[in-house]
Amino acid sequence: MTEPHDDHPHVPGPSLWPVGFAVGIVVLLVGVIISWWVAGLGGLIALAFAFLWVRDLTAGTALAHAPDVAPETGGPAAGEPAAAAAVDEEPEERYPRSKFLELSTLGLGGVIGGIVTAPAVGFMIAPAFLKQGQKDHDIGPLTDYPEGKYLIVTYMADASQGEVSRRTAFVRYNGQLKGQPSFTIISNHCAHLGCPVQANGPLDEKNTKQIGDVTLIPTVSIAGFGCPCHGGQYNTEGNRTAGPPVRALDRYSFSIRNGHLFIGKPFSVSHVDGAGATAVIHKWTFSFPGEHVNGLESWLYPIQPPH
Amino acid sequence: MATRRLTRKDQIQQTILYPVDWLEERSGLVGAIKYFLFRKVPGDTNWFQTLGSATLTAFIVQALTGSILAMYYKPDPTIDPRTKLPVAYESMQHITNDLWAGWLVRGMHRWGASVFIILMFMHMGRVFLFGAYKYPRELNWIIGVLLLAMGLGEGFTGYLLPWDQTSYWATVVGVNLNGTAPFLGPFLAQFLNGGTYIGSDTLSRFYAIHMLMIPGAIAALIGLHLYLVIRLGVTSPPWSKEAAGTGPLDGQAPNGRVGRAGLSRFRRGQ
Repeated sequence: MTEPHDDHPHVPGPSLWPVGFAVGIVVLLVGVIISWWVAGLGGLIALAFAFLWVRDLTAGTALAHAPDVAPETGGPAAGEPAAAAAVDEEPEERYPRSKFLELSTLGLGGVIGGIVTAPAVGFMIAPAFLKQGQKDHDIGPLTDYPEGKYLIVTYMADASQGEVSRRTAFVRYNGQLKGQPSFTIISNHCAHLGCPVQANGPLDEKNTKQIGDVTLIPTVSIAGFGCPCHGGQYNTEGNRTAGPPVRALDRYSFSIRNGHLFIGKPFSVSHVDGAGATAVIHKWTFSFPGEHVNGLESWLYPIQPPH
Repeated sequence: MATRRLTRKDQIQQTILYPVDWLEERSGLVGAIKYFLFRKVPGDTNWFQTLGSATLTAFIVQALTGSILAMYYKPDPTIDPRTKLPVAYESMQHITNDLWAGWLVRGMHRWGASVFIILMFMHMGRVFLFGAYKYPRELNWIIGVLLLAMGLGEGFTGYLLPWDQTSYWATVVGVNLNGTAPFLGPFLAQFLNGGTYIGSDTLSRFYAIHMLMIPGAIAALIGLHLYLVIRLGVTSPPWSKEAAGTGPLDGQAPNGRVGRAGLSRFRRGQ
C-alpha cells in the first residue's frame, strides 16, 4: 500500500510575507548606493519578513510540529478522511494565487509606468510655468527721456535666450508728480492677439540711440498706436479706440535706480482715465492678449498661470 | 518534352513560392495581406470612396518628405553671427536655394500639407454625405475627427518652422487664440510657448511636437482607423440598389450588405 500522504505533498499556504522580504532587499540595495543607514534598515526589514515567511512555510509541517509526527502509524484507514478533507478545503482558498499574480502584475506595472512617466511629463510641462518672472531691465539714464514724447525702446529681456527675447515698449516721461518722476511704459503687444502695435506718427530715426542691447528711437509726435494684423487702434494712453482688442494695451511697472530707468513686470489694463502723470490706470493681473480682464467675460479666465 | 517543361516551370514556381511560404508559415502575414487586399466590397462603390486612401497617401508623402527635410533643417532660433540671420531660417534658405532638389522636397512638404488637410475634409464630407458614420461605424468617425484635429495640429506646429516674419507672427496670433479658450486657455498658450512669450525653447518644442509626437499618434490612429474599416467593411453609396435589396445583384452573397450583415460575416470568420 502507498502512503496516502504521498498523494498530497505538502504545499505551503499563500503568504504575503515575500512581498515585504522583497521590499527589504530593494531598500538594502538602494541603501548600498545612498547610505549605510538605509542599507541597515533594509537588512532589518528583509530579516523580519524572512522570519515571518519561513514561519509561514513551516506551519503544519514536521519542522513546526515535530512531536506530533507519532500518529503516522495510523495507516491508510485513518489517513483517507484527512486527505478528503484537504480536497474539500481547496475551493475555500482565501486569496487565489492567480488573482494575486494578476493584481500584483497590474499594480507593479502601473507603479513602474508611473515612475517613468511622471517625471517625463512633468519635465514637458513644468518649465513653461516655473521661473517665469523677468528681472528688471536697465533701459538707460533718465536724461534720455524728454518730457511728453514717446520713445520706442527695444531691449533683450533675457540675454541667455538671445534675440528671440527682444521686447519693445513705448516709454514717455510725464514730468514730476509729487516730486517723483512719472513714466508711461506701454507694451507693444496688441490686446487683441499679440501682434506688435506701431506708433501712429513719424519717427525721428536719425537720433536713434544704442546703449548695449537697448535701442531708443524717438518719435516726432504720435497720435496713438495701431496694429497691422487686424486693425486694432489705441490712443496715446493705450485705450482702445477702434477694432477688435478687448482691453487697453498692457503696461510695465518701472523703478529708478542711480538715475537710470528700469523696466519692470508687465500688468494688464482694462482702461485708463485721464492722461499723463495724473492718469488713473485700472490695473489687472497680467493676462494673455484677447482675454477680458473685467466684466462678465473675465469669468472665463478665473486663474492665470504664473507669468 | 512537355513533362520536362512542366517540371522546370514547377521548379521555378517552387523557388518563387518558397520564401513566401516560409513567411506565411511563420507569421500568417501573407494571408493577412491577402485578406486585406481581396476583401469583399460592395459592387457599386464609388470613386468618392477612394478619398480615404488618397488622404493616407498624402500622409505618407508628408511623413517621407518630412523625415528627409529633418536631415537638413535646424530648429535653432539663435542668430548666426556670420550672416546675422537665425539659424533655423538660414537652414530653410539652404534647403530651398542650395541643396539639390531641396526646393522640390520642401515644396512637396509645404503644398502637400494643404493637400492633406483638404483631402481630410473631402473624405469627411464623403463619409457624412454617404451616411457612412452610422451604426456600427460611429467609433471610426470619432477616430477620424481625432485624426483631423491632429492634422490641423501638424499644420499649426509646422507653420512656425521656417522662422520667418509670417510664421513667427502667425504663431503669436495662433498661440494667443488658444489662450482665449475658456478656463484652461491661458495654460495651453503658456504650454505651447514654453513660457509667457515665444522664447528660445518654442521653436524646438514645436519641432518635437510636429515631427515626433503628433505623427506618432496619427500613425497609431490610422492603424486603428484601417482596422475598423476592414472589420466593418465598406458602405454602399446611399443610392445603392444592391444594398436596398432591389438591384440586379439581389439574392447573391450579401456582400453589399454592410453594417450588421458585415459584422455577422466577420463573426462567422469569413
